[in-house]
Amino acid sequence: MGNVLTIILQRLALGFLTLLVVSVVIFVAVNLLPGDFAQSILGQGATPESVAAIRRDLGLDQPMVTRYFSWLGGALQGDFGSSFAQASFANFTGSDSGAGSVAQQIAPRFANTMFLAAVSAAIAVPFALVLGVLAALYRNSVFDRATNIFTLSSISSPEFFLAYVLILFLAVLNPILPSVSNIFADMAFSDRLEKTLLPALTLTLVVTAHMMRMTRAAIINLLSSPYIEMARLKGMSPLRVIVRHALPNALAPIINVVAINLAYLITGVVVVEVVFVYPGIGQLFVDSVKFRDIPVVQACCLIFAAAYILLNLTADIMSILSNPRLRHPK
Amino acid sequence: MTQAPDTTPLVKIRDIRIDGRSDETWLPIIKGVNLTLQRGQVLGLIGESGAGKSTLGLAAMGYTRDGVRISGGSVEFDGIDLLTASAAVKRDLLGKRIAYVAQSAAASFNPAHRLIDQHVEAPVQHGIAGRKDSAEDGIALYRKLRLPNPEEIGFRYPHQVSGGQLQRAMTAMAMSCRPDLIIFDEPTTALDVTTQIEVLSAIRDIVAQYNTAAIYITHDLAVVAQMADRIKVLLRGEEIETADTRTMLTAPVQDYTKSLWAVRSFERPAKPAVQTGAVPLVSVRNVDAAYGKEKVLHDVSFDIHAGRTVAVVGESGSGKSTTARCITGLLPPMAGQILFDGAPLPPDYRKRSKDQLRQIQMIYQMADTALNPRMSVGQIIARPVQFYLGLTGKAKRQRVDALLNQIELDPAEYYNRLPSELSGGQKQRIGIARALAAEPRFIICDEVTSALDQLVAEGILRLLARLQDELSLSYMFITHDLATVRAIADEVVVMKDGYVVEQGPKAEMFSPPHHAYTDLLLSSVPEMDPDWLTNLLVERGVDNIGDAAVNEL
Repeated sequence: MGNVLTIILQRLALGFLTLLVVSVVIFVAVNLLPGDFAQSILGQGATPESVAAIRRDLGLDQPMVTRYFSWLGGALQGDFGSSFAQASFANFTGSDSGAGSVAQQIAPRFANTMFLAAVSAAIAVPFALVLGVLAALYRNSVFDRATNIFTLSSISSPEFFLAYVLILFLAVLNPILPSVSNIFADMAFSDRLEKTLLPALTLTLVVTAHMMRMTRAAIINLLSSPYIEMARLKGMSPLRVIVRHALPNALAPIINVVAINLAYLITGVVVVEVVFVYPGIGQLFVDSVKFRDIPVVQACCLIFAAAYILLNLTADIMSILSNPRLRHPK
Repeated sequence: MTQAPDTTPLVKIRDIRIDGRSDETWLPIIKGVNLTLQRGQVLGLIGESGAGKSTLGLAAMGYTRDGVRISGGSVEFDGIDLLTASAAVKRDLLGKRIAYVAQSAAASFNPAHRLIDQHVEAPVQHGIAGRKDSAEDGIALYRKLRLPNPEEIGFRYPHQVSGGQLQRAMTAMAMSCRPDLIIFDEPTTALDVTTQIEVLSAIRDIVAQYNTAAIYITHDLAVVAQMADRIKVLLRGEEIETADTRTMLTAPVQDYTKSLWAVRSFERPAKPAVQTGAVPLVSVRNVDAAYGKEKVLHDVSFDIHAGRTVAVVGESGSGKSTTARCITGLLPPMAGQILFDGAPLPPDYRKRSKDQLRQIQMIYQMADTALNPRMSVGQIIARPVQFYLGLTGKAKRQRVDALLNQIELDPAEYYNRLPSELSGGQKQRIGIARALAAEPRFIICDEVTSALDQLVAEGILRLLARLQDELSLSYMFITHDLATVRAIADEVVVMKDGYVVEQGPKAEMFSPPHHAYTDLLLSSVPEMDPDWLTNLLVERGVDNIGDAAVNEL
């Protein structure tokens, strides 16, 4: 077991290092974006003096390296700085309630996005795995082909198109679900779930194909193994051969694909959020880029990167744990 | 064994025809074979690779692999027609009344589950016994099969158990439902000799004890002589002859069977002793080597003289191939030296001159993987000709043709062939030609005959012997097969766990007194005598064979 623990610690350290590198990339890239906040907020009335004043207020006149480290130092303590837009708004009203902190602005949006991702994952992952197992079981049958065609066409269609098709069938023609997902803080869980269902279904359609096809391929890949032949020669049913004998050995690639798709659920949902007017982090991100609200953009990027790295890390560790050779050394 | 004799056969296969698909056409694998097996009887199926032994064995279970079909004939098990039976009916028989023991237990146990979980699967799923009862029965079977720690071994995963133990655990698993028939498909082929003997005696005991009928598939005649009541010889999908074991061994009728029996007679005459004071061609001096931190060679020393063959013998993991890697420079030793013609070679092959590299060539065990499948025979052999000797154009072609003639393949026919268009023996000959192309003085042969059938292997050994005489080559012959050693070696080096335990001229090695390990190795090689195993067990005692005996050393 000590063996596994070392591997996990190594992966964690590597993950942290990756995040650090990514933070540099994000910071540099965001600062290279054309235009700046002072100019975009002052618009027509921008004089060199007022632009310089705002830049000084926000610390934009400091050298990039200094700004990076002060940002990183704050981020490590959970302080992503103040949103430029909110800060200047606070200045106008003269209040200083702390409402301008990036963390406060992102937190509820991020919670919403996580909720949507969780609901989507709860539907998509079991659905894809079961479909994959069934497709492997009835490989090359009509069912297998139909499943493949269905999942492939859903992954090939643009998300907004899938979203509108679902709205048409589930909200307009048969008004079962609401077409607009306006979520707010003190909503009951069931209401929340109901409002989230349609975007979650759209995302399910988007991510299922990948996971289902990997499950099918990973299982079929093993079907010519001697131990599968042995299971068949022990008279085990085809379903048992696949679920009990093939699946546990096919987990590593499946876990990895699931992780990539889960990361997509967190980071790639902008379009779906826009279509359903879902108040998630994707919308906030796009708006912030529009206003050159650099602290928010940076924080969002960092969260996305962290989500990717964390999920891949989890996938790595789980694939390691799925290998009995590592779990039970000689 | 006290049952009233039952005259209806347990398995009745009539005129079975089996095809295998290759490039969209069906080619026959089994061409109309009959097979009858009575209850409690053990039938040995022998033949070379490609004879269709495994295919026939699986067909007796009503099973075919992907890309294989049964195109005619009938298979009856205890009156049930397996070819027309539904999948559900067959599933009910498989594992419960017919069981299978595969060649490689390491590959045939599911790596994701503990042994005992796999053991109880058949009884539980077939509704014969509960989990607990059948697990207890499993432990009892492990004990009967003389597995160490029978109480505990089942709770391990396959990778935590050695090959010989796994093979016995698999036999126990086959026994879990007390089947009427077990198909043993080369169950000891992948094992070392000292381990093989343990598995053989365990299988033989348990089959006799439960009066189980068995089909025992192997290419090893001496093994089948110990195990079977009757022997059926197959050649290219057809039956050559069937007779009971003793008759078959003493009085084979067909020429092919006689030729199989005759293989073991090849032996080179002994060469005169090496002159004292002669400089050995290759000298391995006090070599230590390690993979990473794990030390695998300890103070290995031996000499190979010009024009002679040194056989390096030992079981898997004994360090034979590692020694070869040290000599070739692929694995620079931690300590010690390799001398060539009295001068030390740089430890790392990258530091050796082209001429030093040219002098030492290798021939590999798996000719299949050692030849580039995309290159023609001509290209494969021409490459070292050009690289080491700098020949091009016509001269290169002439040299390649000469080499092909040397290995007894017609250049006109084989020059443009791809490796996939050659038989196993021909591929190995190409490997030899490629080594010769460098015009070396020393060739390392790493298990070059162990993937080949006996007749083909003998041809390769004769070729190597002839080449040695003509070109005064020296060979280091790595092998675990003592029959090969007897046939070709001048000197023998016995290795165990990275140490040289004994070395000397062949004649001395094969006559007592031996080092205890050499003795164990020699006595573990099955002989044609059907009473060999029985006598050996009486002589040594069941506790003094295989792993147990090795551990005592």
